[in-house]
Amino acid sequence: MPISKSETGVPVWQHRTSKANLILWVGWLALVALFVFCWQVMTQDTIWYFVYDAPRQAADITSRMFPPKWGYISELWWPLWDTLNIATLGTLLAIILSVPVAFLAARNTTPSTRFVRPVALFVIVSSRSINALIWGLLLVAVIGPGVFAGIIAIALRSIGFISKLLYEAIEEIDTTQVEAINATGASGLQTLDYGIVPQILPAFAGITVFRWDINIRESTVLGLVGAGGIGLKLQASINVLAWGQVTTIFLVILGTVLVSEWVSAKVRHSLI
Amino acid sequence: MLRVENLRKRYRTGDEALKNVSFSVPAGEVVGLIGPSGAGKSTLIRCINRLVEPTDGNVFLNDLNVTRLGRNDLKQARRRIGMIFQEYALVERLSVMENVLSGRLGYVSFWQSFTRRFPQADIDKAFALLDRVGLTDHADKRADALSGGQRQRVGIARALEQDPELLLVDEPTASLDPKTSRQIMRLICEICAERNLPAIINIHDVVLAQSFVDRIIGLRAGEVVFDGAPDALTEDVLSRIYGEEDWAVLRRQHDSDESDDAADPKKPVEERLVELV
Repeated sequence: MPISKSETGVPVWQHRTSKANLILWVGWLALVALFVFCWQVMTQDTIWYFVYDAPRQAADITSRMFPPKWGYISELWWPLWDTLNIATLGTLLAIILSVPVAFLAARNTTPSTRFVRPVALFVIVSSRSINALIWGLLLVAVIGPGVFAGIIAIALRSIGFISKLLYEAIEEIDTTQVEAINATGASGLQTLDYGIVPQILPAFAGITVFRWDINIRESTVLGLVGAGGIGLKLQASINVLAWGQVTTIFLVILGTVLVSEWVSAKVRHSLI
Repeated sequence: MLRVENLRKRYRTGDEALKNVSFSVPAGEVVGLIGPSGAGKSTLIRCINRLVEPTDGNVFLNDLNVTRLGRNDLKQARRRIGMIFQEYALVERLSVMENVLSGRLGYVSFWQSFTRRFPQADIDKAFALLDRVGLTDHADKRADALSGGQRQRVGIARALEQDPELLLVDEPTASLDPKTSRQIMRLICEICAERNLPAIINIHDVVLAQSFVDRIIGLRAGEVVFDGAPDALTEDVLSRIYGEEDWAVLRRQHDSDESDDAADPKKPVEERLVELV
């Protein structure tokens, strides 16, 4: 107890008891020991010659990367178009699939909390736990390389994201509005249409535009595993050490992401 | 005509919200339901259209026993019971017109309501009701753009759009200022008189209830402890419903409020018109 009595009987207050202090110090000591140990494990396979050399290497690659090879940009428009399509169609597919999942997962709209809801939650978790790049890797193996694999990969990754945020929005709606629609004698579907959908529409629009924005970024790297888009060109350029082309690709991606973020911010702002 | 027989409601927590409540309301009568918070007023009116399932007892709407209906029949019965809510309970992001038309949902198919293609007769009725409650110019606005009093008028129009045979009104004035409260109460009572509609109004403001309703039912701890004319609501009776309080003082204060409410020439024309209708 932090409060004790001194010999003269006056109450004494300390922030911690001496025992708690001791435990605290031992804890800190253990943490420092762990850090030292981890540092050793981390560095035992490091070839220090390469590390000392790093600034020179970085300077070397940077010098090869500049100036960007601007002529290469004419070859990038088509893969860039593919990338945008992967992101947009993937997001659309995800929307179609995730709206029902969200309604099945939301506690106040699911037909059964015991059976249907866990299944919907499992769909959401499994979709979210696997990165789009991994989905791409699997799908290229299953359905072959190309844009289609990219679209499916983006869709599968986005279902979890959209469903999760959407079902949270559904659970937060004002129930009196739903009650009022119910009291008019409306059917279940009509209650959904008049009582629930208007309340979640702004959240829904915000979520999907935000996900589309994320998907643009994710689809730029999907080509690394063969799932189409500008990533294919990136992979090819790195393989032949054409650093000037790599810089051009980076700049194109940067521009695209900037534009998509601007669009997404504008759309969300106008909706809320 | 509404008849409630031996209605009981026990919540899963074990709270007995209603203990053997019986009364009947003939056509055209407006009943004020008063009582302290937690007396079961809200539960009682929600048991009538079964937004809350009663544990025991019967509710008859004319000759129909509402408590014994299956899901589909209940929907049909709910069309005949209009409900007006405390916080208006409008769908905030829908237009005023859509909110009023939602009173017809029980009558149209899902597809008609989804595409917002209501029969012309329903739309005519909605315009007539908006006119009646003084909101003709606001039909196209979103519900959340209106003031409290205006929203409650939309709530009234939505309930009437159902062509109800009974109105359930849950604290219609709890979120409104004293003057708007009186306007809303006047509107509800006038409409009930015009259409010969029975109504049950949950209300906290005893003096407001007394000056508008035909009959008062006092509820305390889930039991009817008073049922009679507003004039019979003596201080003794109020103490029986709410417990001891100096009722005489409360009434005197209210009387002086009321004299301010007389026609005020400085009021905007629109507001005065609404009062006239």
